[in-house]
Amino acid sequence: MKKLIVSASPHARSNETVTGIMLDVIIALVPSLICSVVIFGFRSLLITAVCVACCVLFEYLARKIMKRDNTIGDLSAVVTGMLLAFNMPVSIPLWMCVVGCFFAIVVVKQFFGGIGKNFVNPAIGGRIVMLVSFSSAMTSWTEPMSWLNGVDAVSTATPLAVLKDFAGEVSSDLPSLWHMFLGLRGGSLGEVSTVAILIGGLYLIVKRVIKPIIPLCFVGTVAVIMLIAGKGDFTYMAYQLLSGGLMLGAFFMATDYATSPITNWGKVVFGVGCGLVTCVIRLFANLPEGVSYAIILMNILVPHIETLTRPKPFGTVKEKKTKEEKAV
Amino acid sequence: MAEKKSLGKEFTKGLIKENPVLRLVLGTCPTLAVTTSVTNAIGMGVAATIVLVCSNIAISALRKIIPSKVRIPAYIVVIAAFVTVVQMLVKAFVPALDTALGAFLPLIVVNCIILGRAEAFASKNPVLYSAVDGLGMGVGFTAALCLMGTVREILGAGTFLAGIQDLLVLFGDNVLGGWNGFDFTSGLDKIGLSSITFFILPAGGFFVYGILMAVANKLAAGRGKPKAELTGCAHCPMAHSCTIALEGKDGCDGSAKEAAV
Repeated sequence: MKKLIVSASPHARSNETVTGIMLDVIIALVPSLICSVVIFGFRSLLITAVCVACCVLFEYLARKIMKRDNTIGDLSAVVTGMLLAFNMPVSIPLWMCVVGCFFAIVVVKQFFGGIGKNFVNPAIGGRIVMLVSFSSAMTSWTEPMSWLNGVDAVSTATPLAVLKDFAGEVSSDLPSLWHMFLGLRGGSLGEVSTVAILIGGLYLIVKRVIKPIIPLCFVGTVAVIMLIAGKGDFTYMAYQLLSGGLMLGAFFMATDYATSPITNWGKVVFGVGCGLVTCVIRLFANLPEGVSYAIILMNILVPHIETLTRPKPFGTVKEKKTKEEKAV
Repeated sequence: MAEKKSLGKEFTKGLIKENPVLRLVLGTCPTLAVTTSVTNAIGMGVAATIVLVCSNIAISALRKIIPSKVRIPAYIVVIAAFVTVVQMLVKAFVPALDTALGAFLPLIVVNCIILGRAEAFASKNPVLYSAVDGLGMGVGFTAALCLMGTVREILGAGTFLAGIQDLLVLFGDNVLGGWNGFDFTSGLDKIGLSSITFFILPAGGFFVYGILMAVANKLAAGRGKPKAELTGCAHCPMAHSCTIALEGKDGCDGSAKEAAV
């Protein structure tokens, strides 16, 4: 007979570990990595490798210098490195990757206490610092598949930049929707191939690493608003959904545990908020893309969203205000 | 004031231990706004230091005349007078600096460091000590500004002391052979690097500020006042309601505390 163990809760623990979850995310990112290598050539593999190596190294050194226990084994730095690399164009100089990794790991993550204590998603933080610092290098896009012809860096506009001038009819300069879905368009390494992201996202949802609420609300909000903005043009809406970093952001960055709400209603608010800000930036601001700014803004609002959507303990009744209290 | 004062101590405390920007977190607005270049930082620091020393001297000299009820308006009038003088001088002799600093030059009036030193030090101490205190705080302010300016200008713009001629014009035309600061941008370009614009943006300013504050805290650790040692009933949380303490006896065996809980 088992001994009766008297201890403080929790008594039942799941077998999930941080390492296991991070490993699942890495597996989910592999299809996108393969796609980026096919579309942009082996340099995308080099960039990803450099980013992962730098992130792990910075994490190790930061923990060492701050005399904290070593956390590179939980693989979260690897995930950050991969996501950050997926946010860069293939022509980015490698030293800029190192700067981005430093910000993501040391400033955004370790200065605030390491995994689970970062106030915004580290990869997004690193990306935004790179975007404002090296705006031209971060937005010089390469023609897909141009590496096969042995031509270096044939620059191209992203579909979003073309869509910006939308006037009632979708421009003929855009790649076909099917090409957009496969990823044959200009853009960052990991964001171009929607099909690869969806495979990875579905894997995460099936493995119950993420709940589908945030991605659905995020993408759904963008879809609805873009449908209205395009005056009911479904092609325009589809182009908006398939371009930019929307899918990558919705499935992999907005769902970060530490920087998204715990409650289900909180997740809805968070997802809809991300979608709203993205649309506002895409439609009205000078920037062509707003996914990363939308996510970082909503990341900062998460504590407030959680306070607003705090679940009511079962069986409690909201206290009615007495007349005297109302008068006060 | 039981501590024995020395002029040296009053001066050096402003450098690290009570550095107005990095330790007391005063005057952050000009700190973040003007430190995009070292030249601006020096200009701002010197202007603020002059105002600080002068207002400290004036307020210290007037400390027995100013009624305590209207002391803040009185201080502001004194400070504003000196700021106006400094602003006119800058406009006349270093016009480029006036353009670069813009509204932040007249805003020295409401700089917390100056009003803070007037209230915390000059209103209680003799003239000489107040002057030295103002000088130390001013030098600390300037040093912190220059440090931030150095980091932000080198990393963010790829230059160092750019536009220094704007300040050197004070000593005549073409001082130092017209040398106008270092420019690393072309050298960086050759080895494929470029400056990191983030650092001259406001967000980068906050970032550099935070790191420097952490460094200053590290350097000043353990140099503050030692913790007061409490003995007898003074350290007991129940002292205000404890019968033994109220009766005037000092010390108990702790049984009263437990009983009270």
